[in-house]
Amino acid sequence: MIDASTTFSIAIRAIKANKMRSILTSLGIIIGVAAVIIMLAIGNGAQITIQKEMKSMGTNLVMIRSGTSTSGGKRMGHGSQPTMKAGDGNAIEEKIEGISLAAPVLNDAGQIVYGNANWSTSIIGTDNRYFQIKDWDLKYGRYFSQTDVKNAGKVAILGTTVVKELFGDVDPLGKTIRVKGIPFIVIGVTTERGQSGPGMDQDDMIYIPLSTAQKKVTGISFPDMVNMIMLQAKTAEDTYTSQEAIKALLRQRHNLGANKDDDFVIMNLTQMMEMMETSTKVLTILLGSIASISLLVGGIGIMNIMLVSVTERTREIGIRMAIGAKSWDIRLQFLTEALVLSLIGGLIGVVFGLMGAWSVSFFSSFKAVVSIFYILLPFSFAGIVGLFFGFYPAYKASLLNPINALRYE
Amino acid sequence: MALIDLKDIHKSYPLDGFDLEILKGITLQIEKGEFVAIMGPSGSGKSTLMNILGCLDTPTSGSYFLDGAPVQNLTPDELAEIRNQKIGFVFQGFNLLSRTSALENVELPMVYSNTPAKARQERAEKALKAVGLSERMHHMPNQLSGGQQQRVAIARAIVNDAPIIFADEPTGNLDTKMSIEIMQLFTELNERMGRTIILVTHEEDIALYAKRVIKIVDGEIHSDERKKK
Repeated sequence: MIDASTTFSIAIRAIKANKMRSILTSLGIIIGVAAVIIMLAIGNGAQITIQKEMKSMGTNLVMIRSGTSTSGGKRMGHGSQPTMKAGDGNAIEEKIEGISLAAPVLNDAGQIVYGNANWSTSIIGTDNRYFQIKDWDLKYGRYFSQTDVKNAGKVAILGTTVVKELFGDVDPLGKTIRVKGIPFIVIGVTTERGQSGPGMDQDDMIYIPLSTAQKKVTGISFPDMVNMIMLQAKTAEDTYTSQEAIKALLRQRHNLGANKDDDFVIMNLTQMMEMMETSTKVLTILLGSIASISLLVGGIGIMNIMLVSVTERTREIGIRMAIGAKSWDIRLQFLTEALVLSLIGGLIGVVFGLMGAWSVSFFSSFKAVVSIFYILLPFSFAGIVGLFFGFYPAYKASLLNPINALRYE
Repeated sequence: MALIDLKDIHKSYPLDGFDLEILKGITLQIEKGEFVAIMGPSGSGKSTLMNILGCLDTPTSGSYFLDGAPVQNLTPDELAEIRNQKIGFVFQGFNLLSRTSALENVELPMVYSNTPAKARQERAEKALKAVGLSERMHHMPNQLSGGQQQRVAIARAIVNDAPIIFADEPTGNLDTKMSIEIMQLFTELNERMGRTIILVTHEEDIALYAKRVIKIVDGEIHSDERKKK
């Protein structure tokens, strides 16, 4: 059988012999590959954005908020009737197998003042487990100490947005700010997290010890009250499987009889995020498949031209056969030609695809992210398309009878 | 043993429900080193005989031993192998690959016998030198005269050291002067290099170069004469 480099050079020569035709034939593949790359990049970009949001929220997250309340026939929203205690969280952390951490959260909002500057922001009363669950480091300073928690110390950790608005370039550590009129000492600053979802700036917050929030800043209607408990499960699986146990434990702790509704709501954020991720994945596959159709059409173009080429070169095939080319030699020659044609198209398509993906990111709000896999995928698909649509013409060529082929005018 | 040994070769083609018999029992032996001309009017079956001898086609019945091996029942790929190793073709229309240099045209049989590229080039150069074209190795066929193109075709036919050269009307497209040159080249290949040459022609003066003339009429051998020297 004929060797690879010779086969390849024969193919290149044949492609060069009809430059314009080869370019036009490849155009279908070029457009197809470029379209697939751009579409996959857009889908991939969406997926990456969601994954990033997921990570910044914390992994394997479950939240428990107070349930609905009914007042005079009007049903209020979740959390309208506080029922949760920080102790509930500790009990869950201690007793439920799948849960590793429980952080209490008591939210508030208020005006923060430093010198002449003031800023309205969210105030979160919590403890260090909050940062552990969110896997959130400090840019500088320290977390809350045992003493801070025990003595309801007036210390605060600030988000970077708050630092920027109140301090500008001044180092905030050790400075005294006023939170709802009460003086607090700044002990730390969190690293930057950015947006989580539209309009939610995770850095526009200040954190104070839960005890301080409960006793000095936020009014509470019963001892140890919190708005919310944030749980971290050991695995994504545990976020689903431990829900029943959490429910039973809370019902018991809240003394709810069998005929009473839950006074809390369990929200599985992992599940929500997984659903969003799945839907973007489906979107990526859908976009990619639609673009692949144009690649397939490009393949039909290759088949068309290869059939013309086989007919035009019947005499050449006859000569080669008379001289000793076997059917596989002929098949290989035309298959290689189709493959080279589609791979050249694929290569040019990759270049255009990269340029296209870049333009999409540059000129629109979509973030198109290209990855090696999403380049290799359409490129190899182009090769497969070339082989698939090249096979019939090549097979047809190999079936020619050398006597008739030699006589062909 | 004869190089070519045909026994009772028949060939027929289906035509409108009938079988049209082109060859009606050809028995023929050709020894190594012979220079044979096959002559006959058009429609006599000489081209069909030539195709069978050249392993381009298989007979309907009869046996054909080439170099001691039966070839009448081989598959197309096996025939291709035989053509590549044992037979060199020279056609009336030259049948060179266009846009391909003389050198590469001559290399072609070795491409299909999987000879390494370097050896291929060396042997092709040698073959072109043997036909007197070493100056024009890198010319394309359209830059060569008819006689030169036919020389390239002859170089291609001898390059794989095939023992037999089939020439089908090799001078049909050439003028008298070039025809003489080409026939002298064949004679030289026959006498000096010991190649067996089988020539199909309808021109008497071309057949004169051969040492044996076989005339085919109506699918049968009409006469078989050896020239005495």
